[in-house]
Amino acid sequence: MQFAMAFKIIGVLLILFSTAMLPSLFMSLITGDAIESAFATGFAATLLAGVLLWLPTRNISRDLNIRDGFLVTALFWVVLGLFGAIPLWLTPQLAMSPAGAIFESISGLTTTGATVITGLDNLPQSILLYRQLLQWLGGIGIVVLAVAILPMLGIGGMQLYRAESAGPSKDKKLTPRITSTAKALFGIYLLLTLACAASYFIAGMSVFDALCHAFSTVAIGGFSTHDASLGYYEQNPVLLVSSIFMVLSALNFGLHFLALQRRNIRVYAQDSEAAFFMTVIALATVVVWCLLLTTETLNLEDSLIHGLFQTISIATTTGFTTQDFSVWPLFLPVLLLMLSFMGGCVGSTGGGMKAMRILLIFRQGMRELRQLLHPNAVIPLKLDARRVQTEVISAVWSFFAVYMFCFVLIWLALLATELDFISAFSAVVATMNNLGPGLGEVANHYATVSEPGKAILCLAMLMGRLEVFTLLVLLTPAFWRH
Amino acid sequence: MKIIILGAGQVGGTLAEHLADEQNDITVVDEQAATLKRLQERLDIRTVLGNGAHPSTLMNAGAEDADMLVAVTDSDEINMLACSVAFTLYRTPTKISRVRSSDYLTQHQALFASGAIPVDVIIGPEQLVTSNIEQLIANPGALQVLDFAEGRIQLVAVKAVNGGPIVGRELQEIREHMPKVDTRVAAIFRTGGDTIIPEGATVVEPDDEVFFIAAREHIRAVTSELRQVDKPYRRIMIAGGGNIGANLAQRLEKHYQVKVIERSYDRCRQLSDMLEGSIVLHGSGNEPLLLQQENIENTDVFCALTDNDESNIMMSMLAKRLGAKKAITLITNAAYADLIGEEIDIAISPQQITISSLLMHVRRGDISAVHSLRRGAAEAIEVTAHGDASSSKVVGRRLDELSLPSSVTVGAILRGEEVLIAHGHIVIEANDHVILFLTDRAQISAVEKLFAVGFGFI
Repeated sequence: MQFAMAFKIIGVLLILFSTAMLPSLFMSLITGDAIESAFATGFAATLLAGVLLWLPTRNISRDLNIRDGFLVTALFWVVLGLFGAIPLWLTPQLAMSPAGAIFESISGLTTTGATVITGLDNLPQSILLYRQLLQWLGGIGIVVLAVAILPMLGIGGMQLYRAESAGPSKDKKLTPRITSTAKALFGIYLLLTLACAASYFIAGMSVFDALCHAFSTVAIGGFSTHDASLGYYEQNPVLLVSSIFMVLSALNFGLHFLALQRRNIRVYAQDSEAAFFMTVIALATVVVWCLLLTTETLNLEDSLIHGLFQTISIATTTGFTTQDFSVWPLFLPVLLLMLSFMGGCVGSTGGGMKAMRILLIFRQGMRELRQLLHPNAVIPLKLDARRVQTEVISAVWSFFAVYMFCFVLIWLALLATELDFISAFSAVVATMNNLGPGLGEVANHYATVSEPGKAILCLAMLMGRLEVFTLLVLLTPAFWRH
Repeated sequence: MKIIILGAGQVGGTLAEHLADEQNDITVVDEQAATLKRLQERLDIRTVLGNGAHPSTLMNAGAEDADMLVAVTDSDEINMLACSVAFTLYRTPTKISRVRSSDYLTQHQALFASGAIPVDVIIGPEQLVTSNIEQLIANPGALQVLDFAEGRIQLVAVKAVNGGPIVGRELQEIREHMPKVDTRVAAIFRTGGDTIIPEGATVVEPDDEVFFIAAREHIRAVTSELRQVDKPYRRIMIAGGGNIGANLAQRLEKHYQVKVIERSYDRCRQLSDMLEGSIVLHGSGNEPLLLQQENIENTDVFCALTDNDESNIMMSMLAKRLGAKKAITLITNAAYADLIGEEIDIAISPQQITISSLLMHVRRGDISAVHSLRRGAAEAIEVTAHGDASSSKVVGRRLDELSLPSSVTVGAILRGEEVLIAHGHIVIEANDHVILFLTDRAQISAVEKLFAVGFGFI
């Protein structure tokens, strides 16, 4: 069977994923909130499906080829998203439609953070923990799978990060083999989560909230255990801790690894992408501060802290909110939404098109300008003092074009479901860039979006997370031919 | 001294010429019989036909009792191998080799040790030429800039131009104009061909080529006395992206706006990978359209550095016509150097520069720098005075007491870290580095004798 290896891997992943429902099951049993049957059913169904996929394929062993790579990456989010929805659907307190449950589950696993649930503060802890855990697992999926497999697929110029590429990029290999790379990155992810949870606790959160928010912060997710999101906390230190960890999680995890290995924080400054990302965030923050102060939207202290927090939260595509930023002067929410198109760095848990691609497009533009002035000049596009191959640049351009094209199509489709202009626009931005909150009707939650609308947004979230091409390639007939 | 020169090309031939009239026993080795014949007709030297790296050839050339081997053939590999053979078989004391490829030079300390490739002195003409041009660009208005005492003292040639405060006046007025700056004018070459050993009352005329010596920080001030000093250069255009052009661009690009023109597209790509701030242009320096497009009229210095003399000369003239302020041109053929007129400001001769650094090792006495000037007619040297008042003819004497030939002037003295500009009353001490300017190279043996330590010292 052609995709036997892919099915075997998905089987194993489902078996592993089923255990994600166990903590909530135990929590449910301890607190006695009477929803243990939802988690037990979810666990059993996922485990069973996993075993059924794994049993017939368990003896097959061959190397993954590129097609398997595409299929595994796409199915990771699609299949896990479906099975992850089971406990949510079965929880009586939520009274969710299947579409709503799947939306919530995919939003969690793709670390988008868009929610259809209201009244979070009154929900049992077991279900809250489960949502946060979905994001955290999604984050692992991104860091490990995307870093190990996506460069192999070479989507949108990411062959830059291909492990076998020679030269100075040796550093990007981290450790020679993919499995050890994945382990190293998982270690970083775990370390960041623990550090984040500890910091939240010290800053004033309860143990449960600290852990839950650490899960969604490091995954650049944005789910919270409160309807008011981080606005629930009035302590500024909480917001600062959150800002710091959102930025850390939006940087390339490979850089964290290098920095730890060399015990030297200069690796961040030497990396063009990280430097570019930090510069953009800093500039955007200053612009937001200026506007908040001149329009007297907030007082000085609030402007500084909320301006910083909100800029980082939206630009990194986390999607925590403290203020209802959608009621700020329209320029600001739109600016922040636009920033989410950049999102995080390559190899981070952030969404969007990634800082690297925007940087390459920017440099290419500057290159064209120079070329106009010097028609005979031979001007290379360089990144970290290395020439970037033309194929990479054109791959980035086509990625950009296809991303935008899909964006417009989804937006149109959403308008067809009779959502208003600004809500539809922001909803697509927020889901495709894996951001979370939008403007207008979807500023706080997506509960009021129609069922077809939810389905369309699920597709947008998957597309954004799968770098568009991974999903599109599955739709080509050639992919399924022998 | 018994010297074997491998290679009778431009550098080998010129070196043989320089050394033959200084009572040296010269043997030139080459594989071209015709080249050797021509050389022998002109000079009083011995020639040997053969491959310089072959032990038998070296044997024939008298390697057994040679004092020095100078390997300047076209091939780096033959040069290095010859040094190795001479050292292994004949224990030749001093081995000098020209190495062009920068690949060998990047690791030279490990590579050229006695355990590995036994070369005592590496001459890298491209590196020398690059530094030379870099100096000229750093000193606007200078025709030549030569380093002594590791660059703390410099000898600079400047063309006097009407409008310089000292032009048309007596040299001693420099002191009044700039009481804090000490300098010594070593020689003046007048357009008619006269060489003047300047005194206080000498009057500087326009178009005089004035050689003066001063501490590096004073060079600009003295230059401004002789001509209204050009503004510091900012825009440099380099035609020819070979090793010299590429190295020069690399050294200059941090402080100047550099454009490099190169004909080969592949080389352009290499250059653009290698250079950070320079603009690499695909094309040729003799296309007026390209030069105009790239703002030649606002270019301060145009450097023609291709490996073709004729192209270099023509593109320099073109660049000047189109408005470049200054042209620096690489010219290998010595015959062309005489033809150069107003259009080309500075002609760089790789041989001359290579010879200078070779001469340093050939001269008798403790010499730390030699610069051959005016196509070999004049010479500037840095020599260390040894011994004491009884054994040396210079130590313990005032400068005005030295019995120097009339064509030799003392320019400056380096005592430890201190730079002393030569004045009659200064007394030379042991271990002083004395910088001398010889307008007539023939006097070199007199200088060597003067600085030689007498028998009493040994």
